[in-house]
This record gives sequence, structure tokens and C-alpha cells, in this order.
Amino acid sequence: MSKLFKAASSPHIRHEDSTAGIMFDVILALMPAAVYGCIMFGYKAALVLLTTVAAAVLAECLWNLILKKPQTVTDFSAALTGLLLGMNLSPRTPLWIAAIGSVAAIIVVKQMFGGLGYNFVNPALSARVILLVSFPSFMTVFSEPTSDVVTSATPLADIGGFSLNDLFFGTHAGCIGETSVFLLLFGGLYLIIRRVINPIIPLSFIGTVALFAALAALFTGKADIGEYTLKYILSGGLMLGAIFMATDYVTSPTANLGKLIFGIGCGAITFVIRYFGSLPEGVSYSILLMNIVTPLINRIPFGRPFGYIKEVKKDA
Amino acid sequence: MSTKERALHPVKRIHGGAHLPHYKNSAECETEILPPPPKVYIPLSQHIGAPANPIVNKGDKVYVGTVIGEEAGYISAPIHSSVSGTVNGVIDKVLNGSSPVKCIEIESDGEMTPDPDLKPFRIRKAADLAEAAKRCGLVGLGGAGFPAHVKLSPSKDSAIDTLIINAAECEPYITSDYRECIENVDGIIAATYLLRDKLKLQKVIICVENNKPKAIEKLMEVAANKQDVEDTVKLMKLPSTYPQGAEKVIIYSATGRKVPLGKLPSDVGCIVMNVTSLATLYRFISTGMPLVSKRITVDGTAVTEPKNLLVPIGTPIGYVLEHMGVDTDNVERIIMGGPMMGQPVSSPEAVIEKRSNAILAMGQSTANIHQTACIRCGRCQRTCPMHLTPARVETAYRKGDTEAYKELNINYCIECGSCSYICPAKRPLTEVMRIAKGELRRQKK
Repeated sequence: MSKLFKAASSPHIRHEDSTAGIMFDVILALMPAAVYGCIMFGYKAALVLLTTVAAAVLAECLWNLILKKPQTVTDFSAALTGLLLGMNLSPRTPLWIAAIGSVAAIIVVKQMFGGLGYNFVNPALSARVILLVSFPSFMTVFSEPTSDVVTSATPLADIGGFSLNDLFFGTHAGCIGETSVFLLLFGGLYLIIRRVINPIIPLSFIGTVALFAALAALFTGKADIGEYTLKYILSGGLMLGAIFMATDYVTSPTANLGKLIFGIGCGAITFVIRYFGSLPEGVSYSILLMNIVTPLINRIPFGRPFGYIKEVKKDA
Repeated sequence: MSTKERALHPVKRIHGGAHLPHYKNSAECETEILPPPPKVYIPLSQHIGAPANPIVNKGDKVYVGTVIGEEAGYISAPIHSSVSGTVNGVIDKVLNGSSPVKCIEIESDGEMTPDPDLKPFRIRKAADLAEAAKRCGLVGLGGAGFPAHVKLSPSKDSAIDTLIINAAECEPYITSDYRECIENVDGIIAATYLLRDKLKLQKVIICVENNKPKAIEKLMEVAANKQDVEDTVKLMKLPSTYPQGAEKVIIYSATGRKVPLGKLPSDVGCIVMNVTSLATLYRFISTGMPLVSKRITVDGTAVTEPKNLLVPIGTPIGYVLEHMGVDTDNVERIIMGGPMMGQPVSSPEAVIEKRSNAILAMGQSTANIHQTACIRCGRCQRTCPMHLTPARVETAYRKGDTEAYKELNINYCIECGSCSYICPAKRPLTEVMRIAKGELRRQKK
């Protein structure tokens, strides 16, 4: 018998995109806003980000070692979770709390449900909420650059206190990564151009919030509906959430129509919490709630297969 | 410029589809004739349906084009000798490193003398076309290998009005159909008008992907021919998204008609013929020479100088590679056909068959095939031309949830490979689809 060649199932060529490449692209897209956050809020912010990333990667690494699983830190998903969590924290967060958040995200939310691809809620966001309910006094202290404003009241009650410029360029208090709207938009644009994310979720999410805000302004007889609406969507964690958190592949619907339902749902819940609720911000909760609905949305058959014929009932 | 000299745009565009690299390195390589190998092994079954019945014995003298196996039943096809020489008998031979298949071994005399009895085939009525296709041993050369005479003799209740000539050639690397368009446009013109007149077709649409401007230019000669008084023959430029050449896809693009599951193109009034099939049929009608050799694109990462070769059917792949000067030590994988749907070949003893159109010799793979868990990006779903959800099928498969297969409509899958290609987690989606379809078929029995 002569030499045998390797036989593998077709197709024999593959697209160059990989899981690690996609995760790295998202990290890259977050970088401008993260670096800007560090510049705005100082070294404390940088330390928080470093802590969350390092703790997340370490937690994943140790989990795999202890459970003798293949090492998965090289897919960058743990690093991304850590970075996202850090960007969602106040620059004044004590580092030990930040580390606990990362460990909770990786171990409790991600690995305990089966690791990458199996978590049913966004790990970074759920970790943020875990920290928020566990350490409320630490989590709601925001700091400079503009003032020591504590946004634990509703940020929208004080919406007149910020100019559109402040909101757009991030020169106000808030989480490390959520304030600089223009850099988040820039990162989002990069991801859309690279076809990493689909614009449907961010657009429908932000669009729904804007629509409700405009309606609210109209009914309450606000003078400047346009400015009110703009401020409403530029403040808080909406941009970070809509562009980077709600578009998480694992916890958002796969079909385009499903993405639209998801985005609108996120927007509606965000507005309801922000406007009627007693919580300062609704973005995290809205995304988490829609994460939970995602498996149901994915079950809706959007469109029939090509050349579909109705199954003939056999009981005739 | 009359309207006749403008190409049509597709009527409909399919959902999804993948944008593949083209790798058409051999596009400008004129067809070379491969010197006959010392021995050919002609499998009895090179088509869908019953294997041919051998009608030659050891020691029989045969010529190029001599019938050596007759069709066994309606869905079957005859086979012909591809060389002149002596029959060594009907043998069981392991061709592809797995189970042995029946084939006729012929020792070539190196002369390639055509059978003196071959003569042109007169076409008087429509039914003669099917007879010609049968005698020619013609099968679907696009890769399916379905006996062509069945396609050309549709049942009475299906009214065929459209012939689609498939020159899409959407698989990367392969240029054998392209070379047919460039080198044999006269044959294609003659065949097109013969079929149009005999089958009384209202429309002939020649479909070619827009990445082949030279082929478009050549095929324009077919559409703008002076025989086309009523302007029934049209050229259509299709976007080069894979799998544009798949039968259901090309019918939809060209006519907007959807072939329902389990139905044939004739059920929506169409006949689809690959451009090389058409030319082969005409060669038989005009000269009497049946399907005995194929133009094969030899390319791949282990091939330094790609070529298009005219290869006698039954020639071992090892012989072709040797002729090309390919060092098999550097070859990791061999693919018969294109990289998306081609069959893996594990042994150089595998032979060129009727439906072969390419041999790809691939060197050490440098591609990133690191598998991770599914990240539910949904790319497979958005790429699937049949609008299926491959990732969910894979989940069901791993859970052993065979009940879910039906609900996920897996029997609509055409196994084009787009889902596996696009998957960033490198999940074996197409492979799982294939296995799941097999399981579903067994369940039904």
C-alpha cells in the first residue's frame, strides 16, 4: 500500500476569523474608551481595570487547571469579561471588590454553567449587579473629574446639570468606561465595519430609549425635546451597554429579527427602570432580563427554510 | 448595442451565502492533454443509480469510446473505455483506501486509437436527445453524477420552459468549466440552439459568476448569436457568492422559482445543465465520442504550477500528480473536487471519474482550525443558503436529541459547507449536518 493522505470532512478551507480573533477585536474596540477613562479618572481607574482583567484571567486559568480542563485563557474571552466589568465600575471601587467581581463573573456566571458559550447571562454585567447588591455603599461612590457627584440618585433628575458636551466627551462622573460616548461610538463603528457586531441591537436599543424619552418629554411638556432626548441617551451606561454588552454573542439572539426584539426589549426596560423605578440606572438590569429571554427568542422560527413544504399529516 | 448584448441581472438573490477567496490560479492555463497512463481502472458506478453491467472480458481489445459496461436500469449509465488497449478483467480494487469497488482494468497500448465504429448521432426529435445523453454515458458533471438522460426526458405533466446552463463554477480553485467556455464556445453555441429547438424551450439562461469577465465575453457570443432571432437565449451575471452554482440556488437566481423539498428542477419547469455536460453531449452528437475523458484542474497549496489537464477517465490520481511533478511527500491532503464540497481522497490509487473536475493537493495546513465552544455568533445561520440553524443542529446532535432534527428542518440542507467555513469556533457543522441527515433517513425506514 502506498502512502495514505489525511482525509477530513469537507469543507476543506475555513474562514480566517476565530473566536480569539473576535474577542481580541472587541478588546481593541474598547481600548480607546478604557484609556480615556484612565486619563480622566487617574491611576485609580487604571488599577481597577488591571485588577479586573488580571483576576478574570487568573480565575479562568486556575479553574481549568484545578478541573483539568483544556486551557481556554488564550481565547481572550476571560480578559474581555474582566475589561468590561472594570469599565462598568466606579474608579473609586476598592481593588478587592473589583477582584471579587471578576472571580464571580468567571467562576459563578461563566464556568459553573459550562464555560464559554453556555452562560445564560452576560458575566461582566451580572458580576456588576452582584457587586452592586453586595457592596452598595462602595459601588455607588463616583468621583472626579468634574465633581464629587454621587449619581446614586437618578442621573436623569439632575440631567440639567450637565451639558451635551460633557456627556458626549465624558467630562463628568461615572463608571470608568461609560462616560466617553464618542470613543464608545468609535469602538462600535470599528466592530460594525469589521463585521464583529451587527448594528441592529445597538440601534434598536438606543432608538427605543430615545423614542420613549422623547415621548416622556412631550407629555411632561419639556421645553426642548431634542436636547432632553439627546441627554437621556448620552448619559449613564447606555452606550457602553448597547454597543458592547447587549451585543454579546452568547447571550443575545442569533437571528436578525430576534436581535431587533432583543434591542427593543432592552430599550423599553431601560426606560421603565430609569423613568419609573427607584434605581439610578436600568441598562444592566434590562440587558440581564433580555439575556434570560434570549433562549425563548431563539426558539421563534424566523422564516422558513428555502423551498419549504408543509408537512403532510399522515392521519388521512 | 442591442439589448441582446447586455447581460441580465439575477431575478432573486438567495439568503446568506459565503464570500470565498477565489484561488482561480489556473484560469489562464490552456488545457493540456495528459499522456495515457499504463493502466486505467474504470469504476462501474460513477453515477447515482445502479452500477453498469460489464460487457467485456479479459483479453478483449478495446478502443477509446468502446462500450465496456451497459446501463442497468433506468437510473443508470453506460461506461466506455477511455484508452485503447486490452481489458485485464473486472476486478475489485481499493481505490480510496476504504472498501473495494468493482472496476474494469484496461491496459493501455499508448495509441489512444478511437473506436472505428463511432459515428455522429442524428437528433430528429426531442426524445433523441435523451437517447444521445444515455449513449454518451453522460452524468451530471457539476458533481452530482445524476444520469443526464433522466433529466432530458421529463415526465409529460411537467412543462419545461427554461434551460439553465450552469457555468457559475462557484467553488474556489476549479477552472475546468471556465476553460470549456473559453476553448469550446462553438460547441456550446451549437448545443444550446440544438437543445432550445428540439426541446421547444421558451428561454435559455446561461449563468456565470461576475468574477469571470473573459467567460462572460465568450458566452455573450452564445446569447448574441444570429440564430437567436426571437431573443430567447440570455446571459446572466450572478454575484460570486457561494454556493451560487448549487442547483436550487441557480434556479432561484435565474428564474425566481423555488424548488420545493424533495422535488426536481423539472417540477418548476427548469432543466439545469452544467456547461461541460452540454459540451460533452454535443461532442457525442457531432462525433460519436462518448464521455471518456475529463478536463481536470490540478491545483492546491502543494502544487507549484497549476494546470488544466484532459485526463482519461480511470486514470489514477498518483499518475496525474507524478506527471505534474508533485512530490507526494509534501502533500498532506488530496481533495477530489472543490475545497467546499469535494471528497477527501486518502490514496493516490483513487481514479478520475466522470464527475471529477479537480484534484487539489494540499500541503501542510497552516489554517487556524483551533476549535472552541460555540459562541453563538449566528454566522452559520446568516450564511446558510437554505435558511437553517446549523449551530442548533450541532447542539441537538451532541445532546443526542434526534427528535429535534425534524423541527430544525435538517433535510433541507444541501451540504454546501458554508456553515463550517464561516464558523469562527471551527465547529464541524457541515459534518454534523451530514451525520444527522443520515440518522433521520434511518429513522424513517
